[in-house]
Amino acid sequence: MSILGTAVVIGLIGLVCGVLLAYIAGRFSVKEDPRVEEAIAVLPGANCGGCGFAGCASYAKAVITGDAPVDRCSAGGAAVVDKLSKLTGRSGSASEPKAAVVMCGGDNNAAKQKSVYNGITDCGAANIVSGGPKACIYGCLGLGTCARACPKNAIRLEGGIASVDPALCIGCGQCVSVCPRGLIRLVPRSHRIHVLCSSPEKGAAVRKVCSKGCIGCGLCVKAEGGVSMTMSGAIARIEYDKAPVANPEAVAGKCPSKCLVNLDLSDRGERA
Amino acid sequence: MSDEKGAVNEPSMLVTSSSPHIHCGTSVRGTMRDVLTGLIPPCIAAVVFFGLRALALIAVCTAATVITEYVCRKMMNRNNTIGDLSAAVTGVLLALNLPSGLPFWQAALGGVVSIAVAKQIFGGLGFNPFNPALVGRAFLLISFGATMTSWTESDWKRVERVPEAGISAPAEVPQPGYDVVMTTATPLGEVKTAAKRGEKPDFVYDSQMRWKLFIGDRNGSMGETSVLAVLIGALWLLYRRVITWHIPVFYIGTVAVFALCLRLAVPDMAMPVDFHILSGGLMLGACFMATDMVTNPVTRQGQVIFAIGCGILTMIIRCVPGGAYPEGVSFAILIMNAFTPLINKMVRVHRFGEPKRGKAV
Amino acid sequence: MRVVDAPYTFRGGVHPPEKKELSSGSAAVELPLPDLLKVPLSQHLGAPAKAVVSVGDHVRRGDVIGSAAGVISANVHSPTSGTVKAFESLPSPAGRVVQHCVIEPDGQDERSNELAPFADWESRTPAELIERISAAGIVGMGGAGFPTGVKVNPPPGKKIHTLVVNGAECEPYLTADHRLMLEKTERVWTGIRILRKILGAEKVCIAIEANKPDAIELFSRIDSDEGVEVVVLKARYPHGSEKQQIFATMGFEVPSGGLPADVGCVVENVGTMSAVCDAVLDGKPLDSRYVSVTGEAVARPGNFIARCGMSFRYLIEAAGGFSVSPVKIVAGGPMMGFAVSSPDIYVTKTTSGILCLDERHTFEYSSSPCIGCGRCNSVCPMRLLPSEMACAIEADDIDGAAALHVADCFECGSCSFSCPAHRPLVQHFRRAKGVLTLRRMQKKAEEDSRKKTEQTHGSK
Repeated sequence: MSILGTAVVIGLIGLVCGVLLAYIAGRFSVKEDPRVEEAIAVLPGANCGGCGFAGCASYAKAVITGDAPVDRCSAGGAAVVDKLSKLTGRSGSASEPKAAVVMCGGDNNAAKQKSVYNGITDCGAANIVSGGPKACIYGCLGLGTCARACPKNAIRLEGGIASVDPALCIGCGQCVSVCPRGLIRLVPRSHRIHVLCSSPEKGAAVRKVCSKGCIGCGLCVKAEGGVSMTMSGAIARIEYDKAPVANPEAVAGKCPSKCLVNLDLSDRGERA
Repeated sequence: MSDEKGAVNEPSMLVTSSSPHIHCGTSVRGTMRDVLTGLIPPCIAAVVFFGLRALALIAVCTAATVITEYVCRKMMNRNNTIGDLSAAVTGVLLALNLPSGLPFWQAALGGVVSIAVAKQIFGGLGFNPFNPALVGRAFLLISFGATMTSWTESDWKRVERVPEAGISAPAEVPQPGYDVVMTTATPLGEVKTAAKRGEKPDFVYDSQMRWKLFIGDRNGSMGETSVLAVLIGALWLLYRRVITWHIPVFYIGTVAVFALCLRLAVPDMAMPVDFHILSGGLMLGACFMATDMVTNPVTRQGQVIFAIGCGILTMIIRCVPGGAYPEGVSFAILIMNAFTPLINKMVRVHRFGEPKRGKAV
Repeated sequence: MRVVDAPYTFRGGVHPPEKKELSSGSAAVELPLPDLLKVPLSQHLGAPAKAVVSVGDHVRRGDVIGSAAGVISANVHSPTSGTVKAFESLPSPAGRVVQHCVIEPDGQDERSNELAPFADWESRTPAELIERISAAGIVGMGGAGFPTGVKVNPPPGKKIHTLVVNGAECEPYLTADHRLMLEKTERVWTGIRILRKILGAEKVCIAIEANKPDAIELFSRIDSDEGVEVVVLKARYPHGSEKQQIFATMGFEVPSGGLPADVGCVVENVGTMSAVCDAVLDGKPLDSRYVSVTGEAVARPGNFIARCGMSFRYLIEAAGGFSVSPVKIVAGGPMMGFAVSSPDIYVTKTTSGILCLDERHTFEYSSSPCIGCGRCNSVCPMRLLPSEMACAIEADDIDGAAALHVADCFECGSCSFSCPAHRPLVQHFRRAKGVLTLRRMQKKAEEDSRKKTEQTHGSK
């Protein structure tokens, strides 16, 4: 008898709650464009924030409401832009696929240490303590703030320097904004030649602090012919908005300090 | 070293760090060492009143906590932290919260639970929301209620063999693998049992009983019985500035005020104030458990709120008629541990230069 | 003048071992000129000075080599006569990269007569005196280096009633201000009178910590004007911080985010007073200062009158070199100074000390978690909650830290000094403050550009 009573009471509570929930769900339901769901399904779901929105869902919403253009998803590339265009009827052109590159090659073997850093493992924090442990004030601090910001774990820390795995990089740019030295750039994947040094100092000053720094000899620019490469003061610069360097092997071979590298970024690897 | 110049002309690689560059010299290890030193008097008292088995129990608990800490850190691929001595402190504190007759395997299990469940699962020292030793005790109390409330008579009693106030007729409880021992209730337990019958034992007014409660010649957990020993340890902690007076004073003060109010409200049922203060685990709890820095609030004001909360909860658990537990200290502290993050969030200290409330900025 | 005990004391703070006995007994030594001086063009808070000399120019002592660029900036003068050899980008004591003007002294130490002495300063107007202070490149010599000419010229409507003279020197080890007060008492006093005239302050409090009885004695012997007193502060860190000092001497709390002028006070360091006197009475710009070279790793700790641009290496050698290998070299005091990465750093107007610590007298920060002891919260002189702020910053919750008023933190270091877990609390706060400043600047820049576009649109 007592079991029966309990069952009835519990059953009644359940019934009341169920009715209440059903009513509330109907009363406060938010009408949403069904296309938002479709847009979310189209997006890669990396939630990288590269579009400037909090995540894929909020970008999808903004696309459907017309608050955001359809071509902001760097991780998705052309395929996503196509699908979003079909969904919204608005057109957009996919930007060239990009990958992040750390413009510094000064690992522990190459870059001179000026002091022993004792403090928080964070590049921004180290930068405010007499400019970090490395003698070069422009180079990678090697404490991995970018690696922690990367949503795809595409950044490795090896030998005191960060490097991006192009196959994993989705080009969201999170790492770009957290680097206190502004060393990371999103570059078009079609480019193969990159200058892994950001020091504007003259050759002698660079040599003093790093064996892999650009000394501004200009040999690479000469070999390239000055089409997509120029000298910017004492450092070679790649004009990323121009066509990729035509003869990458020959140009890379010219660099005496090996800061000019020939990287294959074409492999976009697995996408989410 | 020459007279003209120092011995070193070129410094080797210098260290750079943020300011400040000097330190007062305290460390986590040093703090824990101070706590361990402060626990020596209660340990001695435990051995004096409960015999060498107390020492063995302390050793078992400490070994269990330290080994568990080591194994957990290894399994989680974290650095080894047994060197900071916090596991050893937990072990000793746990042991002091157990009855001296508890089987060793149960004590060891309590140690494992203290470290593995209450501490390392949350990330180790600094992240545990509850006092690990108290979690261990609560676990044992709930799992092994019988052995956890079989209070072996203190050694001195057994020698004297004189039935006295505060000790009801000893019930002989045979235990497997252990000699027949005398087990009795704790003074608080006895009061509770009596209250259920609507009575009040006479011994609560006995002045000799006060003295026994003070020096520790009574039943209870190994470390809690001797108020004197706990106070000596607490003075050491105060001297070493490991604890401040706020929590013990406000905790005990709240209990006193609460007890006084009860006494004024129901004079014929309530216990005297000093009986409440001296009995149970209040002293050990107020001086060693509630002052656990990880699990109490980080501001003075918060700590005062915490201590008052502990005091009120202790008295509620102790005095609610028909309640299951005669002793309320461990559960009171554990409950208030749960409130610590909330207290930390709510208590806002008046900043230097902060505009007074109501005034425009 | 009257000597009174400080009527108030702030809550919190610490009392580190003073270690002043290492150098307090040694009178300041004027150093000979080195072969090269490298004068930083940014020795103050605010915009770096703009170089106005070129390589090859001959300069005399007192010639302007860098002129103030903007409202909050200060002139930089040549500390001796010689030839400008080069401009180099070198790290400053605080670790920023700053342009340094390399001067090769010609040994004549010939003075420029750009600034005429004001023998009759008492008949000059405040405006004239302020102009002189700015022209002489005087900045707060206590550490922050705020341009004095700006500080003593508060916006109209802010009446200054009290001048607080900071002779607390609460940082351990340092004795430069102490020696200056002993050796240049008269000049400090004249500087005080000049500043009092400029500000029109009714009251002057000369705040000195109780651990410097000889300096208190010297000031007490001065025949003073009405309303001047020596206030003896309890020896406790950070009594030298201006907000804590104003509270200790008068009981006012400077509002959060505000300046001492908001409660009618101006705080100036004793060294600044002496520099003001030099500038007004003798027409000498600020180009040298008292520096304590001390610490357990120095062979003969002492005080020196160093020209700006002398290298730390040169001063350490003057103090007998290292007795043991130093682990840290700190520009300034041990609580708020900056650890430098090499002795090739150059003295600025704010370098109060060069501290060489050996391994035994410094400590290592660790990344271990907060154990919640709450000591940082009870020692914070701003009554902030360092433990909570650091946890928020560690979780990258800068907004959470801002809500806990991390911006009020002035990095005194009491929290890190007391932390048993050796957590780098101050570094966390410096990072968070940096992020907040950056955000504020970005927001301002955005607003400015938006306003600009609105204006251009409107004009169309």
